Amino acid sequence: MSNGMKTYKQVFSELSDLNRAALIPFFVIGDPDFDTSLAIIKTAIDAGADILELGIPFSDPIADGPTIQKADIRARNSGMNVQKAMELIRKVKDYKDIPIGLLMYYNLIYQYGTEKFFADFHEAGVNSVLVADLSIDDADEIATPATSAGLDTVFMVTPNTNPERMKTIASKTTGFIYTVSLLGVTGSREKLSDAVEGLVGKLKKLTSVPICVGFGISKPEHAAAIASAGADGVIIGSKIVGLIEKNLDNRGKMLSEISTFLGGVKSAIEN
Amino acid sequence: MKYKGRFGDYGGFYVPEVLMPVLEELEQAFYRFYEDEHFVAELAQLSKDYAGRPTPLYYATRFSEHVGFKVYLKREDLLHGGAHKVNNTLGQGLLAKYMGKTRLIAETGAGQHGLATAMIGALFGMETKIFMGVTDIERQSVNVHKMKLCGAEVIPVEGGTGTLKDAINEALRYWTAHVTDTFYLFGSTCGPHPYPTVVKHFQTCIGEETRQQCLEQIGRLPSMIVACVGGGSNAIGIFSAFLDDKDVKLIGVEAGGRSLASGKHAATLVAGRVGILHGAKSYLLQDDEGQVYETESVSAGLDYPAVGPEHCLLKDTGRAEYVAAEDAEVLDAFELLSKSEGILPALESAHALAFLCDQKGKLSSDTIVVVSLSGRGDKDVSIVEKRRPLED
Ligand SMILES: Cc1ncc(COP(=O)(O)O)c(C=O)c1O
Repeated sequence: MSNGMKTYKQVFSELSDLNRAALIPFFVIGDPDFDTSLAIIKTAIDAGADILELGIPFSDPIADGPTIQKADIRARNSGMNVQKAMELIRKVKDYKDIPIGLLMYYNLIYQYGTEKFFADFHEAGVNSVLVADLSIDDADEIATPATSAGLDTVFMVTPNTNPERMKTIASKTTGFIYTVSLLGVTGSREKLSDAVEGLVGKLKKLTSVPICVGFGISKPEHAAAIASAGADGVIIGSKIVGLIEKNLDNRGKMLSEISTFLGGVKSAIEN
Repeated sequence: MKYKGRFGDYGGFYVPEVLMPVLEELEQAFYRFYEDEHFVAELAQLSKDYAGRPTPLYYATRFSEHVGFKVYLKREDLLHGGAHKVNNTLGQGLLAKYMGKTRLIAETGAGQHGLATAMIGALFGMETKIFMGVTDIERQSVNVHKMKLCGAEVIPVEGGTGTLKDAINEALRYWTAHVTDTFYLFGSTCGPHPYPTVVKHFQTCIGEETRQQCLEQIGRLPSMIVACVGGGSNAIGIFSAFLDDKDVKLIGVEAGGRSLASGKHAATLVAGRVGILHGAKSYLLQDDEGQVYETESVSAGLDYPAVGPEHCLLKDTGRAEYVAAEDAEVLDAFELLSKSEGILPALESAHALAFLCDQKGKLSSDTIVVVSLSGRGDKDVSIVEKRRPLED
């Protein structure tokens, strides 16, 4: 990996020495506005985030539930766009050298020009670009330009992915496998999906690529269970995006609730 | 996936991983059953006895006099449910039954596809959920009521402008969470593979019948076929039988909305740029960065920013030509067909008629034009009443 920035490999190997899973919060870039979004992300870093998963808002987020849909709308209404997202990422990297994975819908990349998108965002400090609406069958459309831009690849596995596909996905992944804990769209759930443990176990037998689990995780206990199932990272989105929505009129409270929540998750996955 | 589902570079299956297994299952089932003897026989029987196929090809004498050339109407408006949509819902519904699925979901704009799905849900005794934007629920309330009478649940979708695009987003989200028992009965020749191929297959009956009827009734093929294009299913259905007849011009008419210049329209092929939405690469109405526009049209069924991939290819190769008709012209055409023939066309279909009105004086009197009259206008009476109040 070029330009000396911190890699997924470094993070996962440091954490595995400590026998800990990575804490990976997800935010929509620019939610609810540029400055607050930057402050939120810095707060998450201070609360112990090991990797960031960030989305550029899109008009038609078909893999997202209501919480993140609303975040997309807030961010777009406040003027967020692809160029400004790059600017915000630069500012995050100025604050701390933390690996960043982008979570995208394909059309924004396609319109920008796939090769140029990967090159420009890598230069801004992004480590990988996961395309929510691109399956492994079309991986070559992005894997080649991603690799030549110096990016790692991240693909999704879901509870209905068969073992053959899992193997293919693992073989094309250099960053981590984004393991979707349940059949459904993003959104916090009360209970952790029953599928998680089996899914992580299956993947761990198939591959040595790091396994991070996301979708529906809303409590420190969920994160702890995922970590003890052997996962290398826990991705939390809707729960903390919901804290933004809940505290739109009180930035101080918003930041402190996010910090407290992530701190709680961090300690839950520490041992 | 066995096939790539590409039409040139268009189409494909740009979907999240979670949907890949169900799309593969659908592809497999389609290729297993579509030529299966029992499936074909059962579909033929239902198409005839339940839906009312074949539909007539009608020579519209008085309308022809008005435009100055010979206009034949392919009467899909006479089908059960009031539109060509039932061809597709019978086919896919039967596929769902053969696959052992117990629940149907569908998106709808005008409510015609929703109604056609609700009918089939009742016919096969399947639970049916219809996703529909709140704007469309309001402007197509008669169809909403009909769907409910058929036992379907109509789920209002708030997002965006509450139109077809938003309904598809929500149906896809629901499907994502219920992939194991739910069959997504997609309404047009767009979306991810295999839908463009599946829907086209079940709509080719329009073109096959038309071609045969032209030969029998007129003794020759028409000079031109005209159809409205939303996602593109009635158009590809009627075009399909004529693709190799190079002398037959194929015209698709999109929704010009308020006007192309105003930006308030849904003329995807005429004014869009290639992009990716709802699982397929196609022309798309979008801003410079790739955010998808909210569209606008007097007809809910054409109010969609993407379009079927095969139409994109037909446009690029020049085999078909695509134009737009504005709301005002469409309402004129609606009134003209009603007055001259006593046939109320769906506002969607009235787009095709509006193109004919525009051709007045441009085509010779012996020119034969076939129009896909994709649906009837009962559902649109209140919209027309509002836009064009009758004088006492
Ligand atoms: C009567 C009628 N015609 C046409 C359409 C547009 O669909 P397509 O382009 O798939 O034929 C609709 C859609 O609702 C419709 O109701």
